[in-house]
Amino acid sequence: MNPDTLAWLILLLPLLSAATIVVGIGRWSNLSALVSTGTAFLSLVFSVMLATNGEAVASIAYPWIDLSPSFQVNIGFTLDKLAIGMILIVSSIGFLVHLFSLGYMREDSGKSRYFAGLSLFLFSMSGIVLADNFVMMFIFWELVGVSSYILIGHWYEKNSAAEAGKKAFLVNRIGDFGFMTGILLVWILTGSIYFKEIAQAVGGVANAGLLNAAVLCVFAGAVGKSAQVPLHVWLPDAMEGPTPVSALIHAATMVAAGVYMLARVSFLVDASAVAGTTIAWVGAITALLAALMALQQDDIKRILAYSTLSQLGYMVMAQGLGSAGADAGMFHLYTHAFFKALLFLGSGAVIYACHHEQDIWRMGGLRKRMPITFWTFALGTAALIAVPFTSGFWSKEAILEALLQQKMHGPYAVGIIVAFLTPFYMTRLVLVAFFGPSRTKEAEHAREVEPVMWIPLALLAIMAVFSAYRFLAAPLAAAGHADFGHLFSHFGLTAVLSLIGLVVGVAGAWFLYRTAQKDPISIPLFRDKFRIDELYLFFVDKIQDGLARGLTRLDRDVIDPLIARFPAALSLAGGSVSRALQTGNVQTYAFFFGLGVVALLYFVL
Amino acid sequence: MDPSLTLNPLLLVSGLLFAIGLTGVLARRNLLIIFMCLELMLAAGNLTLVAFSRFHLVDGAPAYDAHVFVFFVITVAAAEVAVGLAIIIALFRSKKSTDVTEVTTMKY
Repeated sequence: MNPDTLAWLILLLPLLSAATIVVGIGRWSNLSALVSTGTAFLSLVFSVMLATNGEAVASIAYPWIDLSPSFQVNIGFTLDKLAIGMILIVSSIGFLVHLFSLGYMREDSGKSRYFAGLSLFLFSMSGIVLADNFVMMFIFWELVGVSSYILIGHWYEKNSAAEAGKKAFLVNRIGDFGFMTGILLVWILTGSIYFKEIAQAVGGVANAGLLNAAVLCVFAGAVGKSAQVPLHVWLPDAMEGPTPVSALIHAATMVAAGVYMLARVSFLVDASAVAGTTIAWVGAITALLAALMALQQDDIKRILAYSTLSQLGYMVMAQGLGSAGADAGMFHLYTHAFFKALLFLGSGAVIYACHHEQDIWRMGGLRKRMPITFWTFALGTAALIAVPFTSGFWSKEAILEALLQQKMHGPYAVGIIVAFLTPFYMTRLVLVAFFGPSRTKEAEHAREVEPVMWIPLALLAIMAVFSAYRFLAAPLAAAGHADFGHLFSHFGLTAVLSLIGLVVGVAGAWFLYRTAQKDPISIPLFRDKFRIDELYLFFVDKIQDGLARGLTRLDRDVIDPLIARFPAALSLAGGSVSRALQTGNVQTYAFFFGLGVVALLYFVL
Repeated sequence: MDPSLTLNPLLLVSGLLFAIGLTGVLARRNLLIIFMCLELMLAAGNLTLVAFSRFHLVDGAPAYDAHVFVFFVITVAAAEVAVGLAIIIALFRSKKSTDVTEVTTMKY
């Protein structure tokens, strides 16, 4: 099949599946699950076919808004290496998550709705990845937000889930507003919304200040979607959704959309040094804060959520370098997608086995009872904490190297500090949840999950370890895939520092948590997530609501009397004066009528 | 026709009739009287029309065009009497009086 057909099929099949489930077969939940998983599999097959076909130029574009010659929006595709690599990540993890969900959601009453949501998400995400212009990307960007909202709030009868869905949606709106403004600014500056044309036109933009503003506005979209500080607050709460959703949307793909978008427009970042530095610093701050918060969390999914934030911080740091770091960032996105999806699905298996227990202090001893889950989880952890020769090691190294080469010493230092923290909190998680004695009855009775759940874990574990090597990374074809020569060619400060970080972090956690029955250290500031949620709540509660109250008073006490009640009183007074003329007596009327006739005659004659 | 008859006395009589009618309409309280005064005013108008028409000579002969209008006015007045009397009777049935100052409910 030619690449155009493949791209259309990848985009539209999941939509077809979602529509079929919602309109037709929603009543038969097992059929819905099969249809959804089947289309996910077909998407994967077509993606692989697209990848083996190699880079291509899409020729079929569907004209959507045509105001030519000034403005024209097409639904068209980009089929370069970046897009093909990303679509491969999305469809492969999407398929594995579908598979895992068949087991995880077996007993769920809203199974059809859940699978329709997954299909809708796959459709929207493919749209973002394949888009060849900003407007199309923005539309799918919003669609991704909607499907994320549907899936976070899947258990909507639980208040916290409904609230988390709303929070994710609203916080994302802030970023999306910036994104929209950025798109408009870029359009004003370069006269185009197509990535290719913008890339050519951006060199000729004279107004550097406005260009900086435009790039930062576009970046705001990534801040929202990829949950960077200060809009990171929605992601930990999004863990209220079913765990496979957390793996697919809130770890591997959707949150990476911001990073992908930045890589897609890396030429814009190149053109604006100020924006690039800002982006790198935002990424660094996110990586550090999130790692600190992860140190003190007790909920297994929340620890993983904060580690996701932290890793996204790494990727955004790399994107701040522009095209010099875009490949490294995408490389980390690629490896991270696999090992983080693995960790989330592994945590899902643990939660499932422990009857929906998420507190790691109420687990323990799961290593012997769930060996497959434990070993795959351990491999995912190894990749995340950058044990040498696992995929995470190469990609993190690539980012830090790129930062060092581009003389971004501040973010580089932060990146190294985070490399000390990550092994610490991940070792803590593994030790507390999997080692030692079982602390509750649920953990004691935990049994290994069924094959439909552990097969995806095993596949992902293979990817977590080997995805950085050339035979698996070739489709992505980004710079810096690992081979054994790579380590020695770059063996220097970065490798030494991150190895020290790994050893210190693991050893520290081992020493503190080997036999701990409860957390030996307590840092309330980290556990309370730096009280950023409370700060926002304060702003909304006191300042925004206070302002609203003030404005209400202004409206009621100043504006209402001035423009509504005063004119009303005036016309009322006028009315009561002229009412006196209406006596109701026919003869009075006749008299005025006569007077009128006389006056008329006087003036006319 | 008596040649000593001129336009002015006719107009005088007509003006008097109109003034009496108007005064009656404005000053009297009994609806029937007011109604009759209205008829007086119409008669005054008719008289004026006829008089002017008689003294307007075209090629030495009076022009009688205005007589047509007079017939129209009389016809309309007849119709008006029919409607007006019906209203007065209906009013009298509900109010038991024909005093116009008591009929003031049609205000604001």
